[in-house]
Amino acid sequence: MGVAGLYFWMDVNFIAAVQLVVYAGGIVVLIIFSIFLTQQAGNSMPAPPKGRVAAALVAVLIGAVFTGRLLYHTVFAPPAKIPFSAEPSAIGLQLLSTTNFGYVLPFEAVSMLLLAAMTGCIVIAMKEKKI
Amino acid sequence: MPPVSLIHILLVSTGLFFIGMYGLFTRRNLVTVLMAVELMLNSVNINFIAFNRYLFPGRLDGVFFTLFNIAIAAAEAAVAIAIIINLYRTHRSIDVEGAQEMKY
Repeated sequence: MGVAGLYFWMDVNFIAAVQLVVYAGGIVVLIIFSIFLTQQAGNSMPAPPKGRVAAALVAVLIGAVFTGRLLYHTVFAPPAKIPFSAEPSAIGLQLLSTTNFGYVLPFEAVSMLLLAAMTGCIVIAMKEKKI
Repeated sequence: MPPVSLIHILLVSTGLFFIGMYGLFTRRNLVTVLMAVELMLNSVNINFIAFNRYLFPGRLDGVFFTLFNIAIAAAEAAVAIAIIINLYRTHRSIDVEGAQEMKY
C-alpha cells in the first residue's frame, strides 16, 4: 500500500515492513477470498438511497473542513533537533522490557487478543457443520 | 531530514480518514465497509507515526501504538471476514440491510 511508502519516507523502516507484510500478505488475501466466496451477491446490489449519500457527503465535508481549519490554525512546535531513529533492536528492547517505559504488558495482551481472534474464527467457521 | 513537513502528512491522513468515513456511510457491501474501516485505522496509524517522528523524536511510543494497532486491525479483519462468510452462508447476501435479525 501507499501507506508503507509514507512510512519509508518518515524513516520508520520497521513499521513500513510490518505494514507491507501484514497488509499485502494477510488482509488483502483475506479480502480477495471473501470477495470470491461471496461473488454473486454484488451483482444485484441496489444503489444506496440518495438521502444517505447526501447526508454522508455533508458529514464528511463538514468534518474535513473543520479538521482542515484546525490544522491550518494550529502552530506546531518546531521539529526537535534530535535525529530520529527507530532501529528494530531498540524497538525490540523496549517492547519486551519490564522497566518503567516497557511495553511487555500490552504485548502480552495483544498476543492473547490474537489467540482469542483465531479461536473465535474457528468457532464461527465450525458452527455451521454442527447444526 | 526529508523536506516533507508534519502538516502535509497530517493532511494526507485527514484525507484518508474522511474517504474511509464516506465509504463507511454509503456502501452496502459488507466487504467494502470492512475496507473503509481499514482505511480509517491506517490514517490513525499515520498520525501516530508522524507526531512521534516530528514532535518527539527521542521516544518510541507512537511506534508501539502503531504496532499494536496493526495487530488489532488484523485480528478485527479476520473476525469480520469470518462473520461475513457465515452471514453469506445463511442469508445468501452480504448486504448491510439484510442482517437485521440481531437488531432488537
